[in-house]
Amino acid sequence: MARDMKHIDVEEIKDLGWDELIPGAALFSFKEPVEDVVEVPMEERPYAPTNSHEWQVGDWRVEKPVFNRDLCIDCQFCWVFCPDISILSRDKKMIGVIYEHCKGCGICVEVCPTNPKSLLMFPEHMDNEEALKQWPQKEEKKKD
Amino acid sequence: MVKKIKNLKEFSLSNDRFEGANLMCPGCSHNIIVREVLNATNDPVIVATATGCLEVCTAVYPRTSWDVSWIHIGFENAAVAAATVAAAYEVMKRKGKLPPATQKMVDEGREPKIVAFAGDGGTYDIGFQSLSGAFERGHNFMYVCLDNEVYANTGGQRSSSTPIGASTTTSPAGAVSYGEKMQKKSMVEIMADHGAPYVAQVSPSKWKDLVKKVQKGFEVYGPVYINAQSACTTEWKHAPEDTIEVSDLGVESCVWPLYEIINERDEHGIIYSTKLNITYRPKQKIPVEEYLAAQPRFRHLFKPENRHIIDLWQKAVDARWEYLQRREEAGV
Repeated sequence: MARDMKHIDVEEIKDLGWDELIPGAALFSFKEPVEDVVEVPMEERPYAPTNSHEWQVGDWRVEKPVFNRDLCIDCQFCWVFCPDISILSRDKKMIGVIYEHCKGCGICVEVCPTNPKSLLMFPEHMDNEEALKQWPQKEEKKKD
Repeated sequence: MVKKIKNLKEFSLSNDRFEGANLMCPGCSHNIIVREVLNATNDPVIVATATGCLEVCTAVYPRTSWDVSWIHIGFENAAVAAATVAAAYEVMKRKGKLPPATQKMVDEGREPKIVAFAGDGGTYDIGFQSLSGAFERGHNFMYVCLDNEVYANTGGQRSSSTPIGASTTTSPAGAVSYGEKMQKKSMVEIMADHGAPYVAQVSPSKWKDLVKKVQKGFEVYGPVYINAQSACTTEWKHAPEDTIEVSDLGVESCVWPLYEIINERDEHGIIYSTKLNITYRPKQKIPVEEYLAAQPRFRHLFKPENRHIIDLWQKAVDARWEYLQRREEAGV
């Protein structure tokens, strides 16, 4: 019998395999209808367990980007070029990295224009506060 | 309604309708393009996606990464799916049968935008007949080709978008071959010759140019074709963090010129004016060699016996850039 995907809980969905396809099932993005998605920020959306937002790919990473608020100029380059919607930006301010969704590609570090960079890659096992302590100093411009 | 985006800070206020934790490779350009296209408007968007990396990785059962209405359809008919949605929408609107929520948005001047996403395999080769048909019939939709110049999803086979000299799994470089033998098809001109009102080439690294063109495309009535450069970390074999740099090198070396073609038509569909605008001019054109050197798929071209292919590349790129500039000057 076809079951409504809405009434399946998260644990059950995690256990679903390809062989357990539910006939007639639809994958919903939200638990309840959202009138205007563009008006609702990520934190306030009623995500359904079948939305990939509720999952995580953070374990793909070997290195993680660490964000240094003191150096950031809020240029938003990292926000626009992040392929995984992992840069959290609110009210034109960069807030931080969503580690559940970050695959560790390093684009944000590459496009960061500050000197020294306000985003840097550190080993996954390192504590963020420890990483901030090891932040490099400003590089002097080389004179040709 | 055109969304006002003056600068990047303003653009960053957008709430994404494309979700993270999809299974695209780290550093994939596809995601960047999709985000920029969807964030270019506040209107409801209906997306049709052909089979390809984007579809396979954003809709792995049992999860979806789309917060917009989304249809997956075969490899060959993304354009038809989008055209059908456009046609159905117009009939429903004419008969007053739109759902109340949609009707309310239409009354506010926020017409739904219909977008088809397909890779270069689904556009240049397999999907070409349905794309051509949909453009000939003149449906009101936008077709975005995510051009990574290879069949990346199935293991890196050559497509008719693969440029000369690239090493792919079906055109491998080695002792007897320098890789792909054919030149790339110029899809933008082909689609412009269908009489489409707006056709453009974009790169995700030039986000403002991309957003402007997409907004322009949403405003015109009729089929719109956008050819987006999509650097592929897996098949172009560059490091994931270099995606934006490689895209930039393509633009700065004029391998991937950013331009648009506007066809103005009268009520009988006769084109009375065609205009080509180059929207980005590199301050200093860099040699093609730098673009090729950034991608290990062209590594073998730097061997002495293959150097002539690099010269061929430079010649082809220069000729094309010259052609575009002449067309822009002549206003045709």
